[in-house]
Amino acid sequence: MSVIYIVLPLALALGGGALAAFLWAVRKGQFDDLETPAIRIALEDDVAPVTRPGRGSG
Amino acid sequence: MEFADYRPRTGTATTVDDTHVAACAHCGLTVPAALVEPESAEQYCCSGCRAVRATLLASGLADYYDLRARFDDAATREPARSSRRSYAAFDREVFQRQHVRTTGELARIDLLLEGVRCAACVWLVEKLPRFVPGVRAAELRLSDSRVSITYDPQRVELSTIAARLESIGYPVHPAHSEIQRELGKRAERRLLVELGVAGVSAGNAMLVAFALYSGASGDLQASHAALFRWTGLVLGWIAILWPGQRFLRGAYGALRTRTANLDLPIAIALVAGGLAGTWNTVTARGDSYFDSLTLLVFLLLAGRYVQARQQRFASDAVDLMRALTPVGCRVVRGAGQDEVIEEVTIAELVSGDLVEVRSGEPLPADGALEVGASCIDRALLTGESTPVAVGVGDVVHAGSQNVGGTLRIRVTEVGAASRIGRLMGLVQESLAEKPPIERFTDRIAGWFVGILTALALATFLYWLRAAGLGVAIDNTVALLIVACPCALGLATPLTLAVAVGRAARAGLLVKDAAVFERLARGGHLLLDKTGTITRGAPTLVEWVGDTQLRADVAALEAVSLHPIARALCAALEGDARSGVRATDVEELLDGGIRGRVLGADVRVGSLEHLAHHGAALGPELAAAARRLEAVGCTVVGAARESRCAAILGLIDAPRDGARDALRALVDRGFTPEVLSGDVQGAVARVASEVGLDPAVARGAVEPEEKLARVRELLAQGRPCVMVGDGVNDAAALAAAGVGIAVHGGAEASLAAADAYSSRPGLAPLVELVDLSRRTLATIHRNLALSLVYNGVAVVSAMLGLVDPLVAAILMPVSSASVLGLALLSIRGGQRPRQLA
Repeated sequence: MSVIYIVLPLALALGGGALAAFLWAVRKGQFDDLETPAIRIALEDDVAPVTRPGRGSG
Repeated sequence: MEFADYRPRTGTATTVDDTHVAACAHCGLTVPAALVEPESAEQYCCSGCRAVRATLLASGLADYYDLRARFDDAATREPARSSRRSYAAFDREVFQRQHVRTTGELARIDLLLEGVRCAACVWLVEKLPRFVPGVRAAELRLSDSRVSITYDPQRVELSTIAARLESIGYPVHPAHSEIQRELGKRAERRLLVELGVAGVSAGNAMLVAFALYSGASGDLQASHAALFRWTGLVLGWIAILWPGQRFLRGAYGALRTRTANLDLPIAIALVAGGLAGTWNTVTARGDSYFDSLTLLVFLLLAGRYVQARQQRFASDAVDLMRALTPVGCRVVRGAGQDEVIEEVTIAELVSGDLVEVRSGEPLPADGALEVGASCIDRALLTGESTPVAVGVGDVVHAGSQNVGGTLRIRVTEVGAASRIGRLMGLVQESLAEKPPIERFTDRIAGWFVGILTALALATFLYWLRAAGLGVAIDNTVALLIVACPCALGLATPLTLAVAVGRAARAGLLVKDAAVFERLARGGHLLLDKTGTITRGAPTLVEWVGDTQLRADVAALEAVSLHPIARALCAALEGDARSGVRATDVEELLDGGIRGRVLGADVRVGSLEHLAHHGAALGPELAAAARRLEAVGCTVVGAARESRCAAILGLIDAPRDGARDALRALVDRGFTPEVLSGDVQGAVARVASEVGLDPAVARGAVEPEEKLARVRELLAQGRPCVMVGDGVNDAAALAAAGVGIAVHGGAEASLAAADAYSSRPGLAPLVELVDLSRRTLATIHRNLALSLVYNGVAVVSAMLGLVDPLVAAILMPVSSASVLGLALLSIRGGQRPRQLA
């Protein structure tokens, strides 16, 4: 049962890590606009050929 | 939208000859017959659309049309917007200091755009760096039509960027309340951070609590149990002291002002649960409730976050409306040969400057007219429905609009000293004095805390006698925790958030959700006349005499911006002959216009004007004129070759549906009353036309008197709702229980009001009242349900049946069920719009 002394801190560390990532995202403004980015990603691919300088063969 | 009103709205014409039906190449609306060019491959409904399409094609952005076809809703289409403004004021240092942030070589500015509708707009605006050299990045946010532009000030001027944005159909406005907005954004982020912290503590606290519950039957080692307890303790206190601080502060504030709010019972539960749990953990006996407490904090914060977010969407939309006021004006420097006209920001104006105001523009400051003569539309400033003629030497005020020729004004008062500035001072004063709306839940909270304290005391005393101190404390703490109004605290903000969102979709922007509670109750309804009940502009109601003149009058008036001319154009659209234009048109300063139509001299003007120019009325027309004047019409005569052949009666008529809307409001418990700055006769007439007793309609009311009336009603303790659009209504809007600004209103009234209707007329008001009643009914239902839960829980706790596991199950179950019912019931009330 002493494995609990490793697993519990590990669980807490995971939670803490997720929290740190979340706080970073909030401070970066990732949650300020929840509408436009969803649209923007659709625009990038579907639009008829727009020549993009500097995008080499991939 | 002030600018849009002065643009010919030919694109929406519906009476088109079938053989000529053509769709505008840019906006897709029907092109009026008179503008169809048979030889051309592409048709345009207006010059704005033509210019925008030319720019898009020339810049290689024709993909816009394909994209729009996929995303756009055809019903929301409108002709390309253009404000025909110069953006030179954007390059002024004063403007840049206020709005532009510089980091190293690059500058960054947030601008609000008119005319943003769909995803294709995002694509188009974000292509800005491709066709404006010097712009590094443009990022558009659909939710509030705000674009963030990063540019190199060495390579491109801000005015160029703004002009390019306008050239693709998005007139630009600087954002108004940047500081307030920044504060709002920070507050929202803080709430989100707290939500994250509360979520992580709640999740982990439940993890360890689960271990404790499952091991409670015996085989848990004491050392492991201690580890779980202490972990729960740390997580619990993190949640109580960091995110939970919000409730502790709220409760402290309520205690200090000797009022009650919903934070108070929540804070009692947090503190009591926290202290008892700590004591039990330290002494290694008894139960701890940290899992329930952390979950409580998390759920309540989630509700508040959703509400705050929804509320921000509504206030962003109001910001966009407010930003429509122009920032620049033209100052004339030097004299004679050296005269230069410089565009400056309004903030830079000083007393003594000479400003030039062109036709259709608003006046930037108070002053005396030095050059020119024109008509001034003061509907928004004073409520007068008819524009007044002004001549050299007359005093004119900021906030009115020049609807005639170009004027030059010597500025006497600017900013706070001007008439509009003094009215804004009154608004600030009223807002500061306005008591915060006592929320329904806060009223409940007072009772709640009282009863809770009594029950807690009774429980403690009973168990103290029956089973000793330890059990007494345990049962009392259990009582305080399960009695916490979690379901109510979560369901109420979410219900309000749904209501705010639904109002916004119907074009009703609610700045403070407490508005719903007040509107549901009814009360005194104070209405402005001009622009609120009526259209705020004259319409043609009667034509007496020679109808052959109709086409001539239509041709002549097509070139004028005067409100009467625009009313005549709208009314005579069906009579206009395509291709017939008036030539040698002269707008005369004594109230008339003349020109040549098909070789004949045509003149339209006031009867005095016509008499002065030798076109007297025959006895028949004179009698008709007297009759029209007697019912409050503005009478205009039309003459051909100096012979007055027709007279026209115009009136500021009530909007369609005003009568029905008012009747609906009376049915919903409102007592209407009209307060207008216009003359008594006109006010009484409009009142009787919309079915109100003329006795409750007062004319010639000054802004201060409107405010006084609101205060009088409030002092009598009667709920009052003020509806208006003008600067003269602003102070009363700010002071009233609920101030509602209507479509087309002045910036001052938007700033002062609690809610804004972006659709004209009173019908949206009826919708708002209906929504309010449904919302309040839902909140009442939530309350009843959560009280049932609390009642059951409290009785169980008093009997000593509640342990942490029961609390941990009861709390989320009650919240979820109340929440589910709340969302279902407000959705169930969804009906198609009746009055729209």
